[in-house]
Amino acid sequence: MNLTLHVWRQAGPNQEGWFETYRATDISEHMSFLEMLDLVNEGLVRDGKEPIAFDHDCREGICGTCGMMINGQAHGPWDLTTVCQLHMREYRDGQELWIEPWRARAFPVVRDLVVDRTSFDQIIQAGGFISVRTGSAPEANSIPVPKRAADAAFDAAACIGCGACVAACPNASAMLFTAAKVAHLGFLPQGEPERDQRAIDMVTVHDDEGFGNCTNHGACQVACPQGISVDYIARLNRDLLRATLRGRRARRRRAATARHSVCGGGGT
Amino acid sequence: MQLDARIPAGPIADKWSRHRFEMKLVNPANKRRFDIIVVGTGLAGASAAATMAELGYNVKCFSFHDSPRRAHSIAAQGGINAAKNYQNDGDSIYRLFYDTVKGGDFRAREANVYRLAELSLNIIDQAVAQGVPFAREYGGHLANRSFGGAQVSRTFYARGQTGQQLLLGAYQALERQVAAGKIQMYSRHEMLDLVVVDGVACGIVTRDLISGKVERWAGHAVALATGGYSNVFFLSTNAKGCNVTATWRAHRRGAGFANPCFTQIHPTCIPASGEYQSKLTLMSESLRNDGRIWVPRKAGDARLPHQIPESERDYYLERFYPSFGNLAPRDISSRRAKEMVDAGHGVGPRQTGVYLDFTQAIERLGRDAISERYGNLFAMYEKITGEDPYRTPMRIYPAPHYTMGGLWVDYDLMSTVPGLFVLGEANFSDHGANRLGASALMQGLADGYFIAPLTVGNYLASTNPKPIATNHPAFADTEREVKERTDRLLAVKGRQTVDDLHIELGRLMWNRCGMARSADALREALARIPEMRERFWREVRVPGSGATLNQSLEKAGRVADFFEFAELMCYDALTRDESAGGHYRVEHTDAEGEARRDDQRFTHVAVWEFKGVGSQPARHQEELEFEHVPLSTRRYK
Repeated sequence: MNLTLHVWRQAGPNQEGWFETYRATDISEHMSFLEMLDLVNEGLVRDGKEPIAFDHDCREGICGTCGMMINGQAHGPWDLTTVCQLHMREYRDGQELWIEPWRARAFPVVRDLVVDRTSFDQIIQAGGFISVRTGSAPEANSIPVPKRAADAAFDAAACIGCGACVAACPNASAMLFTAAKVAHLGFLPQGEPERDQRAIDMVTVHDDEGFGNCTNHGACQVACPQGISVDYIARLNRDLLRATLRGRRARRRRAATARHSVCGGGGT
Repeated sequence: MQLDARIPAGPIADKWSRHRFEMKLVNPANKRRFDIIVVGTGLAGASAAATMAELGYNVKCFSFHDSPRRAHSIAAQGGINAAKNYQNDGDSIYRLFYDTVKGGDFRAREANVYRLAELSLNIIDQAVAQGVPFAREYGGHLANRSFGGAQVSRTFYARGQTGQQLLLGAYQALERQVAAGKIQMYSRHEMLDLVVVDGVACGIVTRDLISGKVERWAGHAVALATGGYSNVFFLSTNAKGCNVTATWRAHRRGAGFANPCFTQIHPTCIPASGEYQSKLTLMSESLRNDGRIWVPRKAGDARLPHQIPESERDYYLERFYPSFGNLAPRDISSRRAKEMVDAGHGVGPRQTGVYLDFTQAIERLGRDAISERYGNLFAMYEKITGEDPYRTPMRIYPAPHYTMGGLWVDYDLMSTVPGLFVLGEANFSDHGANRLGASALMQGLADGYFIAPLTVGNYLASTNPKPIATNHPAFADTEREVKERTDRLLAVKGRQTVDDLHIELGRLMWNRCGMARSADALREALARIPEMRERFWREVRVPGSGATLNQSLEKAGRVADFFEFAELMCYDALTRDESAGGHYRVEHTDAEGEARRDDQRFTHVAVWEFKGVGSQPARHQEELEFEHVPLSTRRYK
């Protein structure tokens, strides 16, 4: 099949971007979407042009590196699927596709379809962990965890950190990402001691990083390739309320501008 | 090249605890005076960085990914072994040790493997304490499953995403130390060379992948945890970014490379669907617990699977290996699949697969039980192939997956370059000629959480290395070489893309140095690789500049190193004139087609010394002794 692609090109974080139109020809239905882009890029290189930059790595839907908007949908039209697992049998000959990077203030564009998601690491740094030093763990079976709790923790922990939730949200909120980590750790007895503080700290940094607030659109859940439920956001709100009532205060605030000091990319 | 493995004395069960006592310690107040460079943030790198930071060292951690959480450990599906014996089925540290040595076809170091089996217990404890949501029984205790090559249930798992959950545990521990200020994390920084002064590793040179800036970093010790080199085949189950550059550059600076020909071909991957294929996808081998592998008895049978009656199916693994059946080890399962396909029994549109059939398991256990165990794998298979494995058998075929070879290390995980430590898949230790399923995660975490943090300390305490400033001439020289190389890649402006050339190399390696190898084919490869490498440097086209994000340039640098490394791999495969584990030489088989080792001549580690590009490398040997697991022929009948 042959397709027309309108792809966002942008040379750097503070530069103007534009849509460039390309023809993708002789595309097999068995190709993955990224293999189709590979093919377009190979053609561009042969023509002496610069290929479209896009992030990708495992191409198995688990590393969370890839992600782009296709016709306004994060990761394209398939449910529970990252763009690397989307296959071209979805499309028909002659279709036109608009391909864009994630758009969010907290995800500045690095180049073309590549964005800087360092802000997710910042949210994890705020408290997305259980404070246990190597070596101090008790025997693994000494604390039984009900299967239901373990399964629920897993469902939340399945988040791949791709950022589709942010891209899909009209407020560019990362509440689903934040809530999933708070829920994962909060469902487990091991995570209980830091539960209140974790909720407060992670939400604080979430806001500081420039993500918007959640207004219950639910677009995040629809876009999430792992099917993370918005119920976790409700759970996060309960955790947050409880922590606040118990008088917890955020341990740290950091300026959003500080975050690019190490990891390249410019802030906007 | 000195190859002293420095294995501690004493009974095997006491070696590690005795060594821990005998190692020198760094005074807690002095730890903060030491800078340690960790390259790579997979299981081994992230766990090592986090643990060394907890101990008080200053850690600088580098990753070419946008976030440490992207490392390819994340894609490990099936599980992690540990000798907990929670199933009361006769498991023990000794049995895990025994299975691993035997599974590795007697080409691993006994002392290392025993330590690995010992530490497997601590890993599970640590992971659970971090909140890794392993599968559990209804009573709340941890669940286990059996895994290829083992007759006990010792594999811990988190659905089909065990690697992801373990990596997130290590990543979170790492981020905790970043927040504490003990780790400086440099994402999107690729290590392009090692800096060695007076024979001692003292830093690295990186390229900032966003700005293109080439930078120098000094440390009192350098730990590489940069994974394996399966992408030398172009098509493998590794992530697209996986590469040999860090270890190859260290090799060029003096680190011995051990057993590069020991590569693992995973038996259960989705067959390639066309020439445009960019990578292969693994289906966890845990599927073999419930799926049955078969091909049509009649060669060239083009009927759909459900049209082929039971009597006309060949469940060949069950036929060849009645006691292990579909759980036969990876190397054996892969080879048998290749034989079936080569003999014309292949299935699917390109006749390049064998069936993995769940019909009976679904009848026996119900669809829900199968979905609970493998739901995400079935969904992934359906996305890729458009076929529903609940209804029609999966098609699978072997693919390069893991590399047992790697930089040589002693018992302390230190390479032949003092101060350079190598962790996880990047080193050669523990798996011998073949890795058992669910052992890679175990090794990465044992190295990172429990071994390197102590042995690096021992190195620092006993040598008290002096800090080398980054204005030392060695840093300047190394930086200049990195820049020159980058400029050279950009200046070729040839006619072929990096992928064109990489695909060509990959095809050569797969056909000549893949699942079945012969002296003739390897000699042919050795004759062709230098010519192909020369053509790479004449024909490659790398668009853009070095001063921005340039993914073609990143790829080109990695592929250029594969062109050098491939030659070493073939030398190793040629000189190891025996079959062992994943290294199968067609000249060395018994009457039943099983691999035949030559213990007389090859009970050793082959360690290669770099002698210049295009020059034959020097081969050294570390002799292996088997005191506890007597040398025997692996039999899985």
